[in-house]
Amino acid sequence: MNVVFWICGPFMVIGGLGLILFRKAVYSAMSMAFAMINLAALYASLDAAFLFAIQIIVYTGAILMLFLFVLMLVGVDTPDSIVETIKGQRILSALGALGLLGLMIFSVGGAITGPSDTMEGATVAAGGNVQGVAQLLFGRYVWAFELTSALLVTAAVGAMILAHAQRTTPKLGQRERAEARMKAYAESGAHPGSLPNAGVFATSNSIATPALLPDGTISEHSVSKTLTERGAQLDSAQLKQVTADAFAGAERVQDEEEEER
Amino acid sequence: MIDQYLYLATILFVIGAIGVMIRRNALVAFMSVELMLNAANLVLVAFAWHHGSFDGQVASFFVMVVAAAEVVVGLAIIVSIYRTRRSTSVDNANLLNQ
Repeated sequence: MNVVFWICGPFMVIGGLGLILFRKAVYSAMSMAFAMINLAALYASLDAAFLFAIQIIVYTGAILMLFLFVLMLVGVDTPDSIVETIKGQRILSALGALGLLGLMIFSVGGAITGPSDTMEGATVAAGGNVQGVAQLLFGRYVWAFELTSALLVTAAVGAMILAHAQRTTPKLGQRERAEARMKAYAESGAHPGSLPNAGVFATSNSIATPALLPDGTISEHSVSKTLTERGAQLDSAQLKQVTADAFAGAERVQDEEEEER
Repeated sequence: MIDQYLYLATILFVIGAIGVMIRRNALVAFMSVELMLNAANLVLVAFAWHHGSFDGQVASFFVMVVAAAEVVVGLAIIVSIYRTRRSTSVDNANLLNQ
């Protein structure tokens, strides 16, 4: 018990510090997972085998994965500003935390008086940890257990309602899209067919490469607008230049050979 | 013997409290709240060990169930805030202030 505590306890503190100190939210979530696994080991050291399994399954398995899913959904690189919006917030937080720590250490430190009855007797009497928990869960606390099921159903329904997005425009079918395209052709002469491919060059066939028109200018429609806005569009002229240089070099060598002859 | 678990739980609770106070990202603040809940759980389990009964472990189990429900609803709220405001920073959720 002592050995497990002195290994997992410091690890848990490190995980907790990582949670609040990492600037990137994904790293924070991973430190949190680390802390939770160590907490599970601490539960095991306190003769709570059932909670050990539940901690790993529910916390690291379900809750933290849910956090990671939402992190991916809202954008991993959402910046966390380091500007203080409230003046002196850091100092006040540190003072508050120190006060809380002192208060809790003084109140909790004296909480234990008298010797412990260890879990072993109770575990043997109940026939095992899981049996002991089950006897209470389905005996004295059965009403709370039933209420818990209502809570879980409510939470699931609430999450579905909150995360559900109402569609503000009607969904466009194939017919509506075709009609809109023909209408645009009739009114402004926009080409109704498919858009041109991205450019294919000797050194690149990336979708960020614009295609060249016969007169040497780039075709704006050949690259997705999103890529252009992000500035990810490659320079076709430069890519073309590589091939042009290679051909020019080959021709020069050919000319020189002819002259020698 | 069991005191050391209580001190560890205290430290974790304070770390979680600091996280809630200084981090702007709603998700990280939320994870800090989870850390505080877990610190309380550790105290419950430690006291169950001290008293040699299963009641603390059952209480801890219920805390975990409530935490799971809370996370589901909380994350749904964060997603819906993100959808309207394009940000998860708690500073930007100031609609009632304007």
